[in-house]
Amino acid sequence: MTTILQLIMYGLQLGSIYALIALGYTMVYGIIGLINFAHGDFLMVGAFLVYFLAKAMGGGTLSYPVVAFIIIVGMILTGLLGVTTERIAYKPLRKKPRLSALITAIGVSMFLENFPRALPFIGPQPRPFPELFPMSSFSIGGVGTNSVQILMITFSIILMAGLHYITTKTKVGSQMRAVQFDKDAAALMGINVNNTISITFFIGAALAAAGGVFYASIYPMIDVYMGIWLGTKAFVAAVLGGIGDIRGAMLGGFIMGVAEVLATAVNSDLGYGAGFVILIFILLFKPAGIMGKFTIEKV
Amino acid sequence: MNFLKDKKVYLIIVLLYVVISALNKFGLVNSYLLQIIMLAGINIIMTVSLNIVNGFTGQFSIGQAGFMAIGGYASALFTTILFNTASWPAYTQIPMFIFSLFMGGVAASFIGFLIGLPTLRLKGDYLAIVTLAFGEVVRASIRLIDFVGGPRGLAGIPRYTNLFWVFLFTFLAIYGARNFVNSSFGRACISIRENEVASETMGINTTKYKVLSFTFAAFMAGVAGGLFGHLLMFLQPDTFSFLKSNDYLVFLYAGGAGSISGSIVSGLVLTIVPEMLRFMSNWRIVIYALVLVMLMLKRPEGLYGGKEFKWLKPKKRTVIADSQSAGITN
Repeated sequence: MTTILQLIMYGLQLGSIYALIALGYTMVYGIIGLINFAHGDFLMVGAFLVYFLAKAMGGGTLSYPVVAFIIIVGMILTGLLGVTTERIAYKPLRKKPRLSALITAIGVSMFLENFPRALPFIGPQPRPFPELFPMSSFSIGGVGTNSVQILMITFSIILMAGLHYITTKTKVGSQMRAVQFDKDAAALMGINVNNTISITFFIGAALAAAGGVFYASIYPMIDVYMGIWLGTKAFVAAVLGGIGDIRGAMLGGFIMGVAEVLATAVNSDLGYGAGFVILIFILLFKPAGIMGKFTIEKV
Repeated sequence: MNFLKDKKVYLIIVLLYVVISALNKFGLVNSYLLQIIMLAGINIIMTVSLNIVNGFTGQFSIGQAGFMAIGGYASALFTTILFNTASWPAYTQIPMFIFSLFMGGVAASFIGFLIGLPTLRLKGDYLAIVTLAFGEVVRASIRLIDFVGGPRGLAGIPRYTNLFWVFLFTFLAIYGARNFVNSSFGRACISIRENEVASETMGINTTKYKVLSFTFAAFMAGVAGGLFGHLLMFLQPDTFSFLKSNDYLVFLYAGGAGSISGSIVSGLVLTIVPEMLRFMSNWRIVIYALVLVMLMLKRPEGLYGGKEFKWLKPKKRTVIADSQSAGITN
């Protein structure tokens, strides 16, 4: 029993990171209907930015305000990268066949992975991520955990709650939902569609950066390809929950995380496949994901 | 059969084969170049197969490498695991190789049928993600099966694939795809791409045609996988990750979806160009990615989008059209 609780704890920790990344996928998909293959690489860029910022701040143990500062700067810079990517590679194709934007997304993803890889000061080798948060292990009712784990889960939930607040209660959020619902009608209502899409990309990429930093804090190794698998699994989580739906992305993230950790405990390859098998089965019975609404095509 | 009657094309293909193999004999084309040419052929088969599902039927499948893996392993099962054909008399080896390729295709299309039947009711991106998941499940499953080598991979596959077989099968794939597209099956598939609801109202069994094209494409991918395995003499499940499927997606859309000519051109160009850029070592993929993004921004419909080589187009059947119009006037 304790073992299972222990595993669920790990699952929640992994799931909260998946959920953060899945949010970016789902927001972008909801608003422009594009599977942003480069999203996984935003999280890698975020982790590397924070890594270099921490180095620039002197390395070693940093004080809390400094850690908060560098993470926020990292998130903002990654957010700006997201906006730039959208402006350069996706916006010109918005009215073109939808799949050409997907190919540019793959191109951007290849670029974001291989450009740092080719730079002499980054390169392909993995690097140890600095300890940004104090690490102390303790146990609750026999379930071993540590401060970093608890902090990461808490921060993820705070960020998700913040996003939920933004999308449901603020003006920007209602603009985002309006554009998602109908771009032309939203434009007629005086909403600046381009800005709204940029804001969506900004938030999505910034959340991915946070997810990347949290992931690197728990599994302290970063390399330029870290975004590929993490991104794919987060994407699966987004679809599982119902892509385009923010609550669905959170739910999907936690399901994926727990399922993966439980299956990995049996066999590591099983763990890798488990998430995908769950996805296939859920989509067979709920073709639009758990929270997604299945729309009947009308003529 | 116009394709075969068009003797010029036929001649060019044979000539190309003779020239390349002659150059190889005289040492002008070394084995490295030859290997790239053969890989390009296999990539063309894969891209054409993906084109049938994505380009002509309008379904969005992104797990084609999964079928390639099934085909590769299934054919290696016959030549390497069950029988050790390398020790057989020479004249039985080649028929066995062809048989194993066929079985690879059958295995892939069987799985394709099983997967396609329930999943093709999913629309657009949901189908995409299920096929992606399928590809990854195939990869994870092969890693779990110990007698095909598991995560270590399967070594010792005899090298049966040579330039001749690659040429033959690439030719058959292009020929088959062209005839499929211009047959009544293909027409039905195109109508599904254009408007699924409308084609259903016209009495087309959309599920049947979607599953049919999916299965046909899986067969081609399976054969390509068999060729791939018998070329590299080694199969490893991680080769067939979704990154490989992504490669074929790039090939397909950069060449132009819905154009067989586009698949041929991009299969050749996008296999050979990255190899030519090898001297740039780490910057190779960076340049490749930039070129790809720029290409898609300049030509969103792909290099040959909406266009087709003349020899791949069906000849206009003026005779039938004339007799029909004659019938009306009388």
